[in-house]
Amino acid sequence: MIAGTRLAPTLVGVTALALLASGCGGGGSGGSGGGSGMVRASWGDPQHPLEPANTNEVQGGKVLDMIFRGLKRYNPETGEAEDMMAESIETDDQQNFTVTLKEGWTFQDGTEVTADSYVDAWNYGAHLDNAQIASYFFQFIEGYDEVHPEEEGAQATADTLSGLEVTGTHTFTVRLTEPFALWPETLGYAAYAPLPQAFFDDHEGWLAKPIGNGPYQIDSYQRSQSMRLVRNEDYAGPDKAKNDGVDLRVYTDNNTAYTDLQAGNLDVIDDVPASQLKNAESDLGDRYINQPAGIIQTVVFPLYDDAWSGEDGVKLRQGISMAINREQITERIFSGTRTPASDFTSPVLGEDGGFQEGLCGEVCEYDPERARQLIEEAGGLPGGRVTLSSNVDTGSHRQWLDAVCNSVNNALEQENACTVNPVPTFADFRNQITGREMTGMFRAGWQMDYPLIQNFLQPLYYTDASSNDGGYSSEEFDDLVDQANSADNEEDSVRLFKEAEQVLVDDMPAIPLWYQNGTAGFSERVSDVRLNPFSVPVFTEITVS
Amino acid sequence: MGRYVIRRLLQMIPVFVGATFLIFLMVYALGDPVTALFGERGPDPATAAALREQFNLDKPVWQQYLLYMGKIFTGDFGTAFNGEPVTDLMGRAFPISARLMLVALFFEILFGITLGVITGLRRGRSLDTSVLVLTLVVIAIPTFVLGTTLQFFLGVEFGWIDPAVSPEGRLDELIVPGLILSLVSLAYVTRLTRTSVAENVRADYVRTAVAKGLPRRRVTVRHLLRNSLIPVVTYLGADIGNLMAGAIVTERIFNIQGVGYQLFQGILRQNSPTVVGFVVVLVLIFLLANLLVDLLYAVLDPRIRYA
Amino acid sequence: MPDRRSDRSDRSDPLGAQQRASADALTVGTAEEVEGAPRGLWSDAWHDLRRNPIFVVSALLILFLVLISLWPSLIASRSPVHCELGRSLEGPSAGHWFGFDTQGCDVYTRTVYGARASIAVGVCATLGVALLGAVVGGLAGFFGGFWDTLLSRVTDVFFGIPMVLGAIVFLSMITLRGIWPVVLVITALGWPPIARIARGAVITAKQNDYVQAARALGAGNTRLLLRHIMPNAIAPVIVMATIVLGTFIALEATLSFLGVGLRPPTVSWGVDISAASDGMQFRNAPHILLYPAAALSVAVLAFIMLGDAVRDALDPRLR
Repeated sequence: MIAGTRLAPTLVGVTALALLASGCGGGGSGGSGGGSGMVRASWGDPQHPLEPANTNEVQGGKVLDMIFRGLKRYNPETGEAEDMMAESIETDDQQNFTVTLKEGWTFQDGTEVTADSYVDAWNYGAHLDNAQIASYFFQFIEGYDEVHPEEEGAQATADTLSGLEVTGTHTFTVRLTEPFALWPETLGYAAYAPLPQAFFDDHEGWLAKPIGNGPYQIDSYQRSQSMRLVRNEDYAGPDKAKNDGVDLRVYTDNNTAYTDLQAGNLDVIDDVPASQLKNAESDLGDRYINQPAGIIQTVVFPLYDDAWSGEDGVKLRQGISMAINREQITERIFSGTRTPASDFTSPVLGEDGGFQEGLCGEVCEYDPERARQLIEEAGGLPGGRVTLSSNVDTGSHRQWLDAVCNSVNNALEQENACTVNPVPTFADFRNQITGREMTGMFRAGWQMDYPLIQNFLQPLYYTDASSNDGGYSSEEFDDLVDQANSADNEEDSVRLFKEAEQVLVDDMPAIPLWYQNGTAGFSERVSDVRLNPFSVPVFTEITVS
Repeated sequence: MGRYVIRRLLQMIPVFVGATFLIFLMVYALGDPVTALFGERGPDPATAAALREQFNLDKPVWQQYLLYMGKIFTGDFGTAFNGEPVTDLMGRAFPISARLMLVALFFEILFGITLGVITGLRRGRSLDTSVLVLTLVVIAIPTFVLGTTLQFFLGVEFGWIDPAVSPEGRLDELIVPGLILSLVSLAYVTRLTRTSVAENVRADYVRTAVAKGLPRRRVTVRHLLRNSLIPVVTYLGADIGNLMAGAIVTERIFNIQGVGYQLFQGILRQNSPTVVGFVVVLVLIFLLANLLVDLLYAVLDPRIRYA
Repeated sequence: MPDRRSDRSDRSDPLGAQQRASADALTVGTAEEVEGAPRGLWSDAWHDLRRNPIFVVSALLILFLVLISLWPSLIASRSPVHCELGRSLEGPSAGHWFGFDTQGCDVYTRTVYGARASIAVGVCATLGVALLGAVVGGLAGFFGGFWDTLLSRVTDVFFGIPMVLGAIVFLSMITLRGIWPVVLVITALGWPPIARIARGAVITAKQNDYVQAARALGAGNTRLLLRHIMPNAIAPVIVMATIVLGTFIALEATLSFLGVGLRPPTVSWGVDISAASDGMQFRNAPHILLYPAAALSVAVLAFIMLGDAVRDALDPRLR
């Protein structure tokens, strides 16, 4: 097993000379085990402490997905929410739910997972004093306003959510503030994970080495550098790990991870750097993965600005949308890792889940003549020009921003009608957006929390919703969403959401650009590498040869 | 001499206070960092307020500064937004950056001064021209391109090195990153040495030394070089801090979480404890390096005296 | 005042390293110049310069660059911002000698148009940095004592300010447009190394016998500084400045890349170079990196040569 030992992550960085000298000895390896069955994967530094309700980005989510299993889990292939720790979730009125847990599940410290583990975790995640980034997940549960008042400076008036009640060792009930038919489907998100008593007893200790109930447990964790996860032998779930464990290594730059993969020092990288997309297919062959993920990129307009509101505003937005050659940009700039968008959701939802290709119709298709015509009818661009704003500190946004503006300029046969407005930091960008200071169009990306059409529409376009950055407000849309949420069954619900989506097509508060794919590459040492709809590798399935 | 050093060390106190306040003010001027923590989602006001309170961001800037300074004297440099103490970040970043800096400095001294002396003595010759062309290449082609290209060939094609440096950052792993980091500085050192040598080669003491019949090598090293080194040493001293703080591109390429990387992250995430903490230590390094350089002046040029 | 010229003729090169250019200068008699006239140093230098082929070549190059900066349309007929994504990364062809970049813009046109912003930023920022650095460093070195302490410690504080932080803060506060904010920010944060170098050079120069002699003879501070110390201390500053010019042109790109430099659709070499390296595009299409980088090299070369010539002309010991 020369290759395996030599490539052990603790040895990454050994110079060629040292490698030659040590041969297969690997004496310098500080880690446990030979590492032969370990998967070595790239990682990014999580932006928040690794608490389930305090994680809203994919790097922290990656770990939570390995060490936790909640009531439900999204099928890595279909994205469907399937019972995991839930024996059953029953309701008669879409508002009161009775949750029954499977027995025999334990945390990695040996304690049992009980109804209390859930209720305590949810109460912790919801409470204002804990300042959890993702506490809005609990907003549907009765009593949320008491533990987490909305106004700035207000204090919590209760310690726990009144809607949660433990009724047995393995059962508890949930009462929502209003009917929400799809609520059980949201429970696959990491924020709903159960927490062991150790989390509350020794919080610092838990953060240094989190304990969960999932297929992997954390063996060692060097903050901002690496994490070693080993298979949880006592794991009670069906998706046991098919490898010995995963070594996560933090890379400050994807390019380096990619180079390390090429050099044979790494087995799995998710998110192939944009710059290497053109080379990835030739470098990696069939070890390159490019598959749909639940991410859509749009361009949003400041509808609070007079210049963009009203009837003319709709025509302007439609005109700009038709001036963007999505086909060409996704091909030339993104090397086919984006698909031109033709609705407001994502292909990962599937037809049954509400995705409908071509829903947007001709206004999402490139037609420079019609674009010119529409914009002329609307009296031209406000002030003769439009800016496209985006932060430029993260992600590789530059190239497509330029390409979109060039496409608009070419379609309108005007130089500099569209110019890119780079904003230095994400923080600055978000502040301008939430402060409603935007005057031109701006980038918006949406990565789904759970694979439901509701998640692509309500948070983004419902009046005063948390991510309604453009300030869109439509009674018709809101009504349809309300009806959809209280529909008796999933089919009706999805149908109503699609009707609501049609309202968006007519109003065009945002221009759908493209659906983003998840990309990954892997080494010859491993097989069965796949991405789930959240573009996170399904580590449990990976086998090491 | 001793008194001079003590005086210089005492001067660090006002500089320390001034620098911390200035940087603190600048990070504060960047605006509110809390919104960005919520990602693409609008922040919920109550959680945002709680977070601001947690990081003292709800107080006026002078009060934030005093609270921060008060903590510094107890050894608490605050925490980054991911909950990690800044002292931990510094404890990891400075040692590896210092090693990287030393490697780069070694290359600068070895190659820079050697090439500088040779080109200074043989101005206009082919080696001089070649060095000039290399200088242009180093300036015109971004470090990123040179670095990734070298990394690709040495790390992937030939397999001589590992593309990424391990968290321990051993010296042998830092040779290639150090070389890449030193490139632009090498251009400065070479040209500064070259100019200085070309000037001093005509000085009286060199002519005297040659007239005395001293061997050419001895004249070059003992007399010529020693007197030509003042601008070079000054530059190297100033470069010590830059090599640590400004190594961000090199650090990114080779996956080193050094000072440049942490500082840049701190700035982008507008986390003042991180930024101020790192800058303060950097300023102290600058001060010490400059003190060292000033003392070296007296060694290199005996006419210079410090009271 | 010591006569620096009188012993010139018997100066020989002890290590046989006489440079061709200064050999030329040596033969230039300049006997008609009035000894010790107030502008002797400068007119002397100018006299030398005009006959230095290196100076002539560099001056012509710079003149050419300035011309295309002012009137890029003289040699480029297309628009630098007209881009067709369909031709992305196409190689050189007839009518498009340098090929197309990622966005499908004509690389030749962009390289020509990029000269303006790049040269303007490079030259202005370099002048600013060199002046500020030389003044602060020179005064600190010359006066020593309290002034040295004060100026040097201020320099130390500025040394510590990260360029990125300073640029983001500064550029988000001022509303100026065009190249000036970038020039200002680079000047404001880029001078400390030059100040250190100038200080060191002045401290050394101040020890020279003729300076001591001039001081003993009652020469004022201004005269000492300008006539005796500066010519001997200027060389390292010029060397620094010529290299710093190239790095500033590149730095402009870094700032633009971070969203705090020149605003799109301004065209500059730096922006094109960093765009080419950003996407690792140079792996697939080296031409998009090659041409703007070559243009930058030529500009830096011209200024390095100019710097060398000026330095030689000003250096009394090379006469």
